[in-house]
Amino acid sequence: MTGVLQKSPTRSGQTLARRRRRVPPLVPIILGALLVLALTYVLPPFRNYQLATVGAYFTVTAGLTVLTGLNGQLSLGHGALMATGAYTFALAQNRWLSMPLSVLAAILTTTLAGVVIGLAAARLRGPYLAGLTLAVAVVVPSVTSTFDETFNSDMGLSVALDPPPGVVPMEQWQAWLCWAGALVTAFLLATLVRGRFGRDLRAVRDDETAARLAGVHVARTQVIAFVVSAACAGLAGVLFAFLAQSVSPGAFPLTLSLFLVMAIVIGGLGRLVGALLGAVLLVALPALAQTASERSGSQHLEGNLALVIFGVVLVVVMLAAPGGLASIHTNFRRKR
Amino acid sequence: MDRFVYLTFDGLSRGAVYAAFALALVLIWRAARIVNFAQGAMAVAAVYVGYSVTEKTGSYWLGFAASLVFGLLLGIAVEKAVMRFVDHSSPLNGVVVALGLVLIVQGVLGILYGNEYRPVETPFRRDAFEVGGVALLSRYDVFVFAAVGAVVVALTVLFTRTPVGLRMRAAAFAPDVSRLLGVPVGGMLTLGWALAAAVGSLAGMLVVPTELGLHPTAMDVVFVSAFTAAVVGGLDSPIGAVTGGLIVGLLLSYVSGYLGATVAPMAVLLLLVVVLLGRPGGLFSSSKARLA
Repeated sequence: MTGVLQKSPTRSGQTLARRRRRVPPLVPIILGALLVLALTYVLPPFRNYQLATVGAYFTVTAGLTVLTGLNGQLSLGHGALMATGAYTFALAQNRWLSMPLSVLAAILTTTLAGVVIGLAAARLRGPYLAGLTLAVAVVVPSVTSTFDETFNSDMGLSVALDPPPGVVPMEQWQAWLCWAGALVTAFLLATLVRGRFGRDLRAVRDDETAARLAGVHVARTQVIAFVVSAACAGLAGVLFAFLAQSVSPGAFPLTLSLFLVMAIVIGGLGRLVGALLGAVLLVALPALAQTASERSGSQHLEGNLALVIFGVVLVVVMLAAPGGLASIHTNFRRKR
Repeated sequence: MDRFVYLTFDGLSRGAVYAAFALALVLIWRAARIVNFAQGAMAVAAVYVGYSVTEKTGSYWLGFAASLVFGLLLGIAVEKAVMRFVDHSSPLNGVVVALGLVLIVQGVLGILYGNEYRPVETPFRRDAFEVGGVALLSRYDVFVFAAVGAVVVALTVLFTRTPVGLRMRAAAFAPDVSRLLGVPVGGMLTLGWALAAAVGSLAGMLVVPTELGLHPTAMDVVFVSAFTAAVVGGLDSPIGAVTGGLIVGLLLSYVSGYLGATVAPMAVLLLLVVVLLGRPGGLFSSSKARLA
């Protein structure tokens, strides 16, 4: 729960189980939905757009934190999986113009990609897995240039979308759909990791041999974890395409994958709340950096300042509190 | 046939650079059991420094030297200031910290130099000599072979023939015993990082002019190729890294020559997958590698 580094898994596992039993996951989800719904009526359009982006990021960070935090597999390829989902969505949407069908197609394709990578990943550990997924993240965008008749190379594709129903403004509609996706994902993930499967995930992360002796199918658990988090990434890709109303390889660079890792590390690996915090930071920090660079009048700062901040945050959190911000309290308690 | 010969030499020249870069990865892996995912970004930073010095002084060689020295210092700084404090109880931590460094370096370079591609001059001409009507090698290729060859020889001599090399190997192999015997293990680790970063900078200086140009992310694809090369050779083996580099270079050259340049990255990914799944210890691993 407190990340890959915890010294006493049993103990924090017990506190985790107790806390989980007290709060059923449906309650925070419904509260969150109500809060978002209320916010969308109050916020100006641009803030609604940012809120929608937080939801889209949360969809992928939630899946990634289950994979990396609870199962111990570090994936640097989730940006590429998002691209897979986004492009499938764009192609399906432009052909059939049916949202549910396109979303389903995108999630199915990404799940399939997740099965392929997950099968390979289950045989790899540590830096090998990171290297393979890094290669996926670097190589996949170049696929768009190879098959440029389908994917239109660097220019990307525009996504045909139905107008929002009734008199709902576009940004509000986007926020609703993105958060619907995010909260459904979070609910499914929270339910999934609460039960036996969640225990299997943690057992595999903490000690593979012990898990195997206890009857846990290690490889199967790892593949399922990867596939689940790939499906989340696929849905997030759909939401990104829906937000931007277009897809292009430039929207899914390697830095996106690194940002996702930062987001889950800073909030505390393996926590959905941490994933949410990370998603908020992914939207808030670049916006702040943008304001700062506009004020200083330097064009070079734009975008790059956010990179530096994210990098520094990642390194400092990793050195000072590897369990993320949420673990500082726990560490303190344990030492005492 | 002419084309095949040309592609072969081109591939060997590319491969030499990947070999140098893979060698840098292997150096750090042997010393610290960390795959330095920041190697590419660090090398780009060193190339930018070399580029600036060349622009100021007008001398390629001053820039070249400055780049290597900066790489060396950057390696020392990264080890002393960051990597030394990484908690090694999980192999993920080193990777994540290195990724943080990637973001920092790319961001700082973007702020200082901007995010456009800058063309970089080569010290020698890149048009190939012809032997009997067949284009073989350019002067630049010869320079690449000479530089990488010199590095390989120097590292081999250092590790097998000098007391410092012996201490470095001892510190990596059995840190506790070495410390008891008076080897400054921490210092050896720093030295390993410094050497690796300098070799990485050399590879960067050699490869950047042959690609699109200088850009904060210019080494991303090169890093993937070099990582593949290191894995093909087995992360533990310097000879494997050199051989792996040449294999990857040839593969890239043939694939982009016969199938198109955009297919080449996919070929590297395919090679990486096949090797990782088929022989995760690398083609040249002497002992069975333990992965878990």
